[in-house]
Formats: sequence, structure tokens, C-alpha cells
Amino acid sequence: MTRTIVCYGGEVSPPEGRFQALIDADEKIEPKDWMPDGYRSTLIRQIAQHAHSEIIGMQPEGNWISRAPTLRRKAILMAKVQDEAGHGLYLYGAAETLGVSRAQMVQLLHRGQHKYSSIFNYPTLTWADIGVIGWLVDGAAITNQLMLTRCSYGPYARAMVRICKEESFHQRQGYEALIALCQGSAEQKAMAQDALNRWWWPSLMMFGPHDSDSTHSEQSMAWKIKRVSNDDLRQRFVDMTVPQGEYLGLTIPDPDLMWNPARSHYDFGEIDWNEFWAVVKGDGPLNRERIEHKVSWWEANAWVREAATAHAARMTGRPEVA
Amino acid sequence: MPYEVDPAPGEIPVDHPPSAETGVSPLWEVFVRQRRGLAHVHVGSVHAPDAETALQAARDVYTRRVEGVSVWVVPSRAIRASDPDDATDWFEPFADKPYRHPTFYDIPKEVGQM
Repeated sequence: MTRTIVCYGGEVSPPEGRFQALIDADEKIEPKDWMPDGYRSTLIRQIAQHAHSEIIGMQPEGNWISRAPTLRRKAILMAKVQDEAGHGLYLYGAAETLGVSRAQMVQLLHRGQHKYSSIFNYPTLTWADIGVIGWLVDGAAITNQLMLTRCSYGPYARAMVRICKEESFHQRQGYEALIALCQGSAEQKAMAQDALNRWWWPSLMMFGPHDSDSTHSEQSMAWKIKRVSNDDLRQRFVDMTVPQGEYLGLTIPDPDLMWNPARSHYDFGEIDWNEFWAVVKGDGPLNRERIEHKVSWWEANAWVREAATAHAARMTGRPEVA
Repeated sequence: MPYEVDPAPGEIPVDHPPSAETGVSPLWEVFVRQRRGLAHVHVGSVHAPDAETALQAARDVYTRRVEGVSVWVVPSRAIRASDPDDATDWFEPFADKPYRHPTFYDIPKEVGQM
């Protein structure tokens, strides 16, 4: 790409210069702006993965809609799962501004060529898991997404602002459900502790590998797609979450967890990276089931798409196009 | 398109007209008016085979918390945008006309608010 543009004052500079100048000035890049191929493909990969995570994330929680303990909890959980669907659609829309189609992204997910967050490959075994997911999984997601509201790509940053606003209730409803369990019977509190034991480490894994092992991090930081490193976000999350766990009277399953006054941060133990990479590579508890479920419902619902297209064609004589 | 994955069977790039054969429904841009008196503002996009369905999808996706009192959907293909690479030239003629702004003029304090 050797196209040049004429800048204000008649000075000629290549588009790379203009792109970098926008990044350096903390301006947003918009869909029709020139951008390096790597910037575009990194964003497509990241936004698609984020969208897929919202959609696959409906499964572990949808699992408990029919068994929520009260009507109030059931209505809340349904609203939350509907939000996840909406968030997936906002994000597919943001990715489409980069020149990839939603149909293509969905197909790549179904073929296993696109990933989604590994956290959704773990099962939701008890009702307490729904509380812990809201508190920890959504809490971790919000920590990451707050950073992404300042991402350099305009449509992604705007989608994040909307998603963060909507997600604050997701975390609060989960924590509230845990307060109820922790102030309940001994069995209920034990159920909450068991859920925390299973979800704590996978939640910390949501921030990705150590900065030193993260292949894309450095370039993403330079492009301001990412504004804070994996390890810094993880530390931020731990510092925020530990006091919340103490309030509930639950024990975080990490013997190395300790306040470090010299750093003014919590020190914490090492993640089991073998487990992390195994789940990323497809060997988590539910990797196959999640995709099989997604594909089977996509196929089972084909008649809805066909009916809508047929209806549009009948009403207009042809599918409505611009 | 720099995306290195081959197009899937039946896949069509988003800027091509959709067809009944592929079953891929067209893209619509969504604009929501937050309340009476404000302009409709672009909020995102939806896929739908026709305008009515697009409108319903836009309501479901973008106003789950009563974010609006009115929704517009516009076929994405109907939008013609200025070229950002030409933005400097395109808008430049107005940059050297500061006399269109009230602050260009010095008015004595004694005259009062004007």
C-alpha cells in the first residue's frame, strides 16, 4: 500500500504516518480510515472472539434459568442472558465495520477456527455457580472491558461503553445472590464456598498469559487496542475482589494470597498454566459440548431464518435490499 | 480484505447485495432517538431480511432498557460516506474562515453583552 495523502498545508505523508499520528494523539480510528492490515486483522480476531464469548456465555447460565430458586432470580437471570445475546450482536456489528461478515465469523466459530473465552468451558454445577459467575466472571470481564472503552478503534470502544453500563447489574446481581447464600444455612454457605473454589482460578485465567508469554500484547498496546497489560489487570481484579470475598465470609482458595504492604497489592499464587493451555487448546471440561450445542441450535433454527427471508420476498416480490 | 481466512461456502462480503439463495440477510444501520426533542443517533447495526423485521430486531437489541422513544433503520448500503483520506481537503475550505465565529470580532466591554 503506497497510497499517499495530502495533509493540511500541502505536506505529503504516507497513510501510515497519519494513522500513527491519530493513535499518538489518542484519537479514535474509524471504519473508513486507512489502517495497517495487522491492526485490522488483530481487531477482527479480538472482537469476534469477544462476540463469540458473549454468545457461548449464554449456555452455562441458561442452564439454570428453569431451576432458579425464585421468580425474582429467574427474571433477573433471563434479563442477564438476554443482555449477553445483545452484547454478542453489538460486537458482531462492530467487527463487521472492519469488512468481515457475521455469517463468516459464526461459521469460523462453528468450525472451531475462532476461539471464545475459555471460562465458558467450565460447567455450572450448582445454583451458587450463577452467583459466583456474576461476581467473579463478570467482574473480571468488566475489569477488562473498562479498559477497552478507551480502545483506539471507535466502534469497539463505543460498544464497550454500552456493554459496561449494562453489565454493572450483572456483577451486582451475582454478588447479591451470594450474600443470600452466605447468610443462609450452613449447606447454602458450603455451596457458595464450593463454587468459589471451582471458579477462582479459571477467573484469574481470564486475563490471559503472563505479559512475558503473551504474543500479541506488545503490538496491541502500541496500537492502543489494549491499554493495560494482562498482569496489571489481573492484579487490579485480585485487589478488588479479596475484600468482597471477606465480606461474604468465604475463603479464597489460594494459600499464597496475602496483602503485601510494600507493594500495596495482594500477592497471590501461580496459576496452573498447564490447565490454562489445555483448555485454550480444546481440552477443557466442556469445549466440545459448547460448540456442538451452538451448532445444533443454529441448524434447528434454520427454519426461522428461512421463513423470515421467504416472508420478506413474498411481501416485496424479492428480498429487500438497498 | 486482509483477513487471511478463506471465505466460507455461500459467504458473501458485507458490501455486496444479499441474495435469497444464501439466506444471509441484509445489514441495517440503527438510529435511536433518546427522547422527544433530541436527534436520532447511530447506535449500531442489525441483520434482517426486511425493514419491519429490522425495526423489531433494532428495538430488541438496542432498547432493552427503554433507551429510546423512536427507532430508525436504514439499509447500510444506502449510506454514502465522505472519504476520511480526503477529509483534510474536503473540510479545509472552512478552516480559514474564522470570521464566521463571533469570537473573531472585538467588541468594547462598555457595549455590554452582544
